[in-house]
Amino acid sequence: MTVLTNTHERSLRRHASSTARRPFGRRPSVIPGFGITLGLTLTWLALIVLIPLGGLFLKTATLSPDQLWAIVSSRRTLNALKLSFGLSLAAAAINLVAGAIVAWALVRYQFPGRRIFDAIVDIPFALPTAVAGIALTSLFAANGWLGSILALVGITVSFTPLGILIALIFIGLPFVVRTVQPVLLDLEAEVEEAAATLGASRWQTVTKVILPTVLPALLTGFALAFARAVGEYGSVIFIAGNLPNVSEIAPLLIVIRLEEFKYADATAIAVLMLIAAFLILLVVNRLQRWSELRSGRL
Amino acid sequence: MSVALGTLQPRKKSETPSAAHDVRQEPRIVRWIVIALAVLFLFLFLVLPLAAVFAQAFARGVDAYFNALLEPDALAAIRLTLLVAAIVVALNVVFGVTAAWAIAKFEFAGKSLLITLIDLPFSVSPVISGLVFVLLFGAQGYFGAFLQAHDIQIIFALPGLVLATLLVTFPFVARELIPLMQEQGTQDEEAAISLGASGLQTFFRVTLPNVKWALLYGVLLCNARAMGEFGAVSVVSGHVRGETNTMPLYVEILYNEYKFTAAFAVASLLALLALVTLIAKALLEQRTATE
Repeated sequence: MTVLTNTHERSLRRHASSTARRPFGRRPSVIPGFGITLGLTLTWLALIVLIPLGGLFLKTATLSPDQLWAIVSSRRTLNALKLSFGLSLAAAAINLVAGAIVAWALVRYQFPGRRIFDAIVDIPFALPTAVAGIALTSLFAANGWLGSILALVGITVSFTPLGILIALIFIGLPFVVRTVQPVLLDLEAEVEEAAATLGASRWQTVTKVILPTVLPALLTGFALAFARAVGEYGSVIFIAGNLPNVSEIAPLLIVIRLEEFKYADATAIAVLMLIAAFLILLVVNRLQRWSELRSGRL
Repeated sequence: MSVALGTLQPRKKSETPSAAHDVRQEPRIVRWIVIALAVLFLFLFLVLPLAAVFAQAFARGVDAYFNALLEPDALAAIRLTLLVAAIVVALNVVFGVTAAWAIAKFEFAGKSLLITLIDLPFSVSPVISGLVFVLLFGAQGYFGAFLQAHDIQIIFALPGLVLATLLVTFPFVARELIPLMQEQGTQDEEAAISLGASGLQTFFRVTLPNVKWALLYGVLLCNARAMGEFGAVSVVSGHVRGETNTMPLYVEILYNEYKFTAAFAVASLLALLALVTLIAKALLEQRTATE
């Protein structure tokens, strides 16, 4: 009996030590190729993503804090950052509402052309940004299809911040729709029926039962649309007018500084935006986990 | 952040509320208003811009359209775009499959961090994706002196375009494969291995057939983005006509020279690519739903 226990213990210990020696605390598996695939992945990731992005931080580290502050706090930089973040926030907020309406209509209602409209929601993902940029500019130009109508009521869109807002709404819309759609599809009918049976009006059911379930997904879509809008370049620069301090977005200012060979300036603004992007990514990850918990899909 | 690409998911049938007395149904007037708002919004923001591209491209007739596309500079831009996309897509397929294999088939510490890092390029501004390579390989960059001494051109040349596009499209293939391969688990592969198949045999005969549609969709998305990328390549290209101009950059140059018909003609090719990608997505979704 003792012998048996000993052997058993020894085998257990051997097993434990062999797991401990495996790289990255990998659990044992009969499937081959862990070392080489993970090695290749990490090498490739380092070469294409991590080292280049790291170089950006390294470059910023060569600036003194005073230099950095001077660049970031200059009027033109501040105005560009304010414009980029402010308009991105506004566009994401509009997309939050519009995206919710579109997702609801696509999931809950039948209407002619529903499947086609569902498919075209992805246009902003698929259409190259430069093409979207010149298309929106021609639409909203004073003699364009929509611009000429808006001109009648005295609204100018192209070459103003309003034009930037339109472009940012365009590129952000699918993020909200595509995050909310699956959650709406997964909603269980019983919950709504229970609410109705217990005397809730339809409005109460929508705002007090459905909305809380969908809220994390809505906020995830909002954050994704915001993140995309902050860094957007191609679809904005054609319609924006690009007047310094008025309609010049931060990514464009990076390009301008680069063309002036002011590498320090370009780098400083880029690092600031990159940090903002990391923070948004962090928030998105949290929101997605919350969303999965809420809708019971974890 | 897989949603950024709309991961290929089999379509679920949304239950059609049939009876008028269904408690899950809003009053008819509310339904109409919501549908009208949704359709109006999609029409104004998505359909009209796309229609405008083709309307402008053919504004001066079919001859002007094809003349614009047959310009030597336009042909050079198309060739360069195809070349960059071919290199980038091939590399991303290899990387995407490798990364998905490591992440989906094994359990290891730091996996979620790795997934986050693979997703990282989604949240980086395209302009920054170009800038980082200028800082590394530009004349004033970290390797600038070395490259100049050895007469190697990366920035303002093909390698720079490829690198910037690689960074931007980095997550595309991996992101399509990882969730699907995680869902499918490792049982099929374990069975194949225990029956004596080698690792490569297992991959090509068991895993690949299971994920082929997701892989194809990842390739389509990666290709669409690689051909259409603007911000990142604009920073590293140097805009040498006929040499380092991809199609989106050529569109910008034509547009800024007020050659609108030509700009929209080249843009219409890119818009066509977007449409083909969307149609392929719809077809692939139908196929995964029926399988």
